[in-house]
Amino acid sequence: MNLDARIPSGPLDKKWDRHRLEMKLVNPANKRKFDIIVVGSGLAGASAAASLAELGYRVQCFCFQDSPRRAHSIAAQGGINAAKNYQNDGDSIYRLFYDTIKGGDFRAREANVYRLAQVSVNIIDQCVAQGVPFAREYGGFLANRSFGGAQVSRTFYARGQTGQQLLLGAYQALCRQISLGAVEMYPRTEMLDVVLVDGHAKGIIVRDLISGEISSHAADAVVLATGGYGNVFYLSTNARGCNVTAIYRAYKKGAAFANPCYTQIHPTCIPVSGEHQSKLTLMSESLRNDGRVWVPKKKGDARPLQSIPEAERDFFLERKYPSYGNLAPRDISSRAAKEVCDEGRGVGPGGLGVYLDFADAIKRLGADTIRERYGNLFDMYQTITGENAYQTPMRIYPAVHYTMGGLWVDYNLMSNIPGLFVLGEANFSDHGANRLGASALMQGLGDGYFILPYTIGHYFASAKTAKPSSSHPEFKKAEEEIKARTNKLLSIRGQRTVTSFHRELGKLLWDKCGMARHEAGLKEALQRIPALRQEYWENVNVTGEGGELNQALEQAGRVADFMEFAELLCLDALMRRESCGGHFRTEFQTPDGEALRNDEHFSFVAAWEYQGPDKPPLLQKEPLTYEEVKMAQRSYQ
Amino acid sequence: MNLTLKVWRQKKADSRGRFIEYQARNVIPNMSFLEMLDVVNEELMGRGEEPIAFDSDCREGICGTCSLVINGIPHGGRRGTATCQLHLRHFKDGDTITIQPWRARAFPVVKDLVVNRSAFDRIIQAGGFVSVSTGGAPDGNALPIPKEAAELSMDAAACIGCGACVAACKNASAMLFVAAKVSHLALLPQGKVEKERRVLNMVKAMDAEGFGNCTVTGSCEAACPKEISLDFIARMNREYGLALLKK
Repeated sequence: MNLDARIPSGPLDKKWDRHRLEMKLVNPANKRKFDIIVVGSGLAGASAAASLAELGYRVQCFCFQDSPRRAHSIAAQGGINAAKNYQNDGDSIYRLFYDTIKGGDFRAREANVYRLAQVSVNIIDQCVAQGVPFAREYGGFLANRSFGGAQVSRTFYARGQTGQQLLLGAYQALCRQISLGAVEMYPRTEMLDVVLVDGHAKGIIVRDLISGEISSHAADAVVLATGGYGNVFYLSTNARGCNVTAIYRAYKKGAAFANPCYTQIHPTCIPVSGEHQSKLTLMSESLRNDGRVWVPKKKGDARPLQSIPEAERDFFLERKYPSYGNLAPRDISSRAAKEVCDEGRGVGPGGLGVYLDFADAIKRLGADTIRERYGNLFDMYQTITGENAYQTPMRIYPAVHYTMGGLWVDYNLMSNIPGLFVLGEANFSDHGANRLGASALMQGLGDGYFILPYTIGHYFASAKTAKPSSSHPEFKKAEEEIKARTNKLLSIRGQRTVTSFHRELGKLLWDKCGMARHEAGLKEALQRIPALRQEYWENVNVTGEGGELNQALEQAGRVADFMEFAELLCLDALMRRESCGGHFRTEFQTPDGEALRNDEHFSFVAAWEYQGPDKPPLLQKEPLTYEEVKMAQRSYQ
Repeated sequence: MNLTLKVWRQKKADSRGRFIEYQARNVIPNMSFLEMLDVVNEELMGRGEEPIAFDSDCREGICGTCSLVINGIPHGGRRGTATCQLHLRHFKDGDTITIQPWRARAFPVVKDLVVNRSAFDRIIQAGGFVSVSTGGAPDGNALPIPKEAAELSMDAAACIGCGACVAACKNASAMLFVAAKVSHLALLPQGKVEKERRVLNMVKAMDAEGFGNCTVTGSCEAACPKEISLDFIARMNREYGLALLKK
């Protein structure tokens, strides 16, 4: 397997400029001869599909939702980072780069992250031009807020609906290209496999979710922008439909899967209320700008919270991390919350929660200011819990939120399969072992608007492979395999529902491979997952038929892939005998309980190569070399 | 708590549908309405019966996927709430609840409670954008925009495209949806350049999809999970009139 990251030579701040000059171009008249398949219509997919079509390529875009506007990027709340330094508070491209590398616990690729910081400024300009209604000051200029893991104010936002507004901007750009005939849009269509011809990605197999029809689509290149795999834990803040299928299928066709164990647990979610829970709801981390996180100092303190005096409250983030306080990065804040709950000081039902208290902020700024800043989040909290957070503190608990791991890509965002590009959360490239708040939107749009449109042309101009017909034998073979798998799922007619299996798998992963992991637990999970998977294929009950809208069947296919992928996740977590970012191994921690990296042995990207159904995957390593930054123990104290 | 559900079941777009009664047993007030349907579906599948098909995705009121007319009201009638944010604490033990899909000619039923809302996408494709390609945008701060304009524009842009406005309207009019997009863009200087073309093309597309006319009853605003104001319809009518005059 070729894991050459193709990082351009030269000084860090000149690499991207130089690379753009060195990449080959496709003449404007020739662009219309190339077909590109884009799977996914979130920030990365929609921005890529629109930008590629604007350049003149012929684009086909697929999404499983009923409209491209509904991709899960829409749920991002807090904001998007950009090194504009509009606040004159010392921000710069270099600082955003450094914060992101440090936030990722020195497990991301330097050159990619620097480029991300560079294009961040263009993203804001582009979105403003599209009519994204960012928050503004009275002078009419753009407003900023600060976010976890940064000491400057560089986050742009549109109330608590930044993801929605950015996605609608990209969706509208996509709609414009659809109306011009440059993009053919396929909503309610799920990708079930990627097809390789002579080693190059040349198309996909899809299922029309309304008619159930399985069909082949050929192209000159395939772009996967299919999001993360957080739903492998069953309960997460991801939308119900989010799944690993597209990237897992690509993995089984030979694409390396990098760092699957880097999963992010978000500190500010609404605690679980019962067994029936279908998903968890995140409250934007921007709340930590004004909210103070605390639990009672005394274990099992049953007093009503109003009667717990200030001196008996433990503001544990402010205590442990005085310089970042409540804005400590996500992984650190989540673990700190778990720690106090494990000590028996948690609040709310089951003791699985901590307070996020706005009383001081309301006293200082007034309820109106707080309402203006976070009104919709307070409303959301009230809708779900029935409690008014202007009067009583919110209760929050960490939940799975984002996955930093994903398909391995080189500097051009191309996987090790030529012609298969991977964008946004679906790739592994920019966030290392932990993502900073407001950086996901930046990466998705950076990849789609400003990186892929350049790099894909270089692939076309250098590879010079022909586009096969969709009746090529490789397509027929893949179609037959998908049909056989679908029929198999429908023929089992066992005793248990898909959801019951998914819930069991998720619970197992959360317990053994969640916020804290250790060798014995991971080994146990690796024993139990294959058994559960075997039972799944013998005892699952998928009702209905294949030739119709069948939501149980859709879910069954996704859970079948989670059942295999979970094993890869645990295997990676077991292999990585260190703690870094979102991956916390209890055996490897500093005396004060922080993640303890092992740079000597683990300063690499773990890229897993599929070997076949009954063989363990092969570990390939891409060494991480830092030319510019010095690796340091991450400290937010 | 226990609930009786009367649910619209329809096998395919062209088959006849009917209400079928189900029991939701031992559900709890903290459940969301869709989680209650999950429970019912789990029970149905346990008996080998086909689950009730309904759309949902984010389950936090932002993606606009969920629909459902609950007891005759789209999204169930709690102010500013999508179906996925509706909790059973707003119902009483023993209640009988009727559940139907969005009803509109432009939103044909696909199966059970699932409808086809692609008409909305086609309206946006007709002009609901700023014609700017990637690259070459001026600095974000080059164009100061009054805070009030940005805020009002954001009020309109908050639309999630769920279609409750259409389902609530006796004429199945899409005016609130279209007005929200027209207003969002017309209120900002970036959108002003092509505002006449936009409003004319979007209204034309809306009519071609078979949505009905607006008689300003305000039922759309009442059903809107994002509380988009009826004022935007007035704004669109003004934009439309001015565009016609300029033509």
